[in-house]
Amino acid sequence: MSQPILEVKGLKKHFASKKGWFQPPSYVQAVNGIDLTVYEGETLSIVGESGCGKSTTGRCLLRLLEPTAGEVRYRGQDLTKLSGKEMRAMRSELQIVFQDPFATLNPKLTIRRILEEPLIAQKVPKEKRTQIIEETIQIVGLTLAHLDRYPHQFSGGQRQRIGIARAIMLRPQLIVADEPVSALDVSIQSQILNLLQDLQEQFGMTYIFISHDLGVVEHISDRVAVMYLGEIVELGRKEELFQSPLHPYTRALISAIPVTDPDEKKERIILQGDLPSPANPPSGCRFHPRCHACMDICKTEVPKETFIAGQMVRCHLYDEKKER
Amino acid sequence: MNGRPSVLEVNGLTTQFSNRQNRAVTVVDGVDFTVKKGETLGIVGESGCGKSVTSLSIMRLLGKNGAVSGSVRFEGQETLHLSEAEMRKLRGNRMAMIFQEPMTSLNPVLTIGRQIGEVLHLHTSLGPEARKQRVIELLTLVGIPRAKDIYAEYPHRLSGGMRQRVMIAMAMACQPQLLIADEPTTALDVTIQAQMLGLIREMRDNTGMSVMLITHDLGVVAEMCDRVLVMYAGQVIESADVRTLLRAPKHPYTMGLIRSVPHRAKGVKRLYAIPGNVPSPGEWPQGCRFAPRCSEAMPICQQQSPNLLKMADGSECRCWLHAPDAGTEGSERT
Repeated sequence: MSQPILEVKGLKKHFASKKGWFQPPSYVQAVNGIDLTVYEGETLSIVGESGCGKSTTGRCLLRLLEPTAGEVRYRGQDLTKLSGKEMRAMRSELQIVFQDPFATLNPKLTIRRILEEPLIAQKVPKEKRTQIIEETIQIVGLTLAHLDRYPHQFSGGQRQRIGIARAIMLRPQLIVADEPVSALDVSIQSQILNLLQDLQEQFGMTYIFISHDLGVVEHISDRVAVMYLGEIVELGRKEELFQSPLHPYTRALISAIPVTDPDEKKERIILQGDLPSPANPPSGCRFHPRCHACMDICKTEVPKETFIAGQMVRCHLYDEKKER
Repeated sequence: MNGRPSVLEVNGLTTQFSNRQNRAVTVVDGVDFTVKKGETLGIVGESGCGKSVTSLSIMRLLGKNGAVSGSVRFEGQETLHLSEAEMRKLRGNRMAMIFQEPMTSLNPVLTIGRQIGEVLHLHTSLGPEARKQRVIELLTLVGIPRAKDIYAEYPHRLSGGMRQRVMIAMAMACQPQLLIADEPTTALDVTIQAQMLGLIREMRDNTGMSVMLITHDLGVVAEMCDRVLVMYAGQVIESADVRTLLRAPKHPYTMGLIRSVPHRAKGVKRLYAIPGNVPSPGEWPQGCRFAPRCSEAMPICQQQSPNLLKMADGSECRCWLHAPDAGTEGSERT
């Protein structure tokens, strides 16, 4: 396998929530100790339900949110230790694509101006800027005529193309794509997924793809990390993870995808209840109140990472000395 | 399914809105369908195809600038000409609706119990005590734990899945004949979606009501529906029973939609993508509205709008490819 581009160790992000003026704040453990290695040129997906901390993780990796603890090593360099100035220089290599392409494009600026912004921030000389802008807009499948229009004149799919163009202006090495196709219609969604794949081939970029849609994840990823309440509960190669999921949560997630074949009867695991609040996570294994395979040990002890044929899982079912 | 009586018959339903220039913009254009007793009809399409406006037109929930014409017969009664008072007697009683975003459809300053109780207050003669009993019964029925406590809670205290359960309880309060569910699971996570779909199915099977399910998700359709209408740019472009539609789609748009579902494209490097964008109402092209994005487009497609044609297997399709005489008219096709 290729070189690691990003190594994450013990990443935590806790948000303080004030109860009252004189009471100590309580903490929402949005991300609670994540270890992750991303290899050059791959697509690693992070899946999970809303509130599991997948977007927070994505933002912490790029220091759009300051992590509470842990390190994020990009090509050996710990990003969390960099000064603001150093980090800013680093941003030409690390970019993000957001979910809602309308909310992330300034409605008062033309597309040309929006795309110019990252170039100005990285002090690219003026003569070169126009050339890069015109080249990039065509790479993402729009035309030069689009450059002097405003965001409201575009459809959702086109806006997402602009969002992607902005992210690749500086030809980054790593892109965090945070739900890039969730707001789009099915027929447009596949256009954008294909575009992302083409760009990856063309520029050799690495993707961290954050999504709640397992169908999309299965299509685009090389490896998949499943998150539940701020922790990665399973991580493995896409083929294995979808073929033989180990964690009961992953199994339930995969079995809950509605299939477009009316005759494909599959065993469905329907999880009871909702995702617990990360402000007050359950003891032991965080998934135990919803788990159908819950044992006594799960209620008290936090499961450790276990590796089964290269697939990482955190579940007591796979403990060496199983207590029943 | 054919022998059953129909609950809802919609004929030539057309909905227009007037825009700022006071020009009428057609959003739903001559839609015909029926919903039989106990059946689940799916309406599929992308944003802007008119699927939600169709359901709002049937419920007569559009504002003053939405002009609805055509015919909507609910249990044999023409509802488009009913007065607002008469319509109010039907809504929430014989026909009910659940919406996509449960938070925006619940009143944040009223308790859950009060909101569901309101339906019973309007449509039944139950007294306050009996109403409370019935509301708690309904909450239990939709699988809400601690129904007595939830009765006194406000919507913001509940999770998305719970709120949608409350919406379903409210819709089920008077045991409607027809439930219109407009993207009921789009805002929910997959695991919660599976719970909700199971619940709607259970309610349908237990009460024998009909369901009109509006969705963009073909997976949800496969799981829930007996028959499906596919809408594009305000028109029905294909209708068939669910198996035929997903196995042997006829319209190029339906085929494209099914082929672009990533989960189905196992092992395929590139997904199939329909080129171009969904046209907005008011910008629909001449002739067949899908023609500019269609890979099979013939000269006739740009000029003349195709009719919804009956197929041999009982399905319907609005496409020149399936017109018996199109072979001669569109002779350029090889």
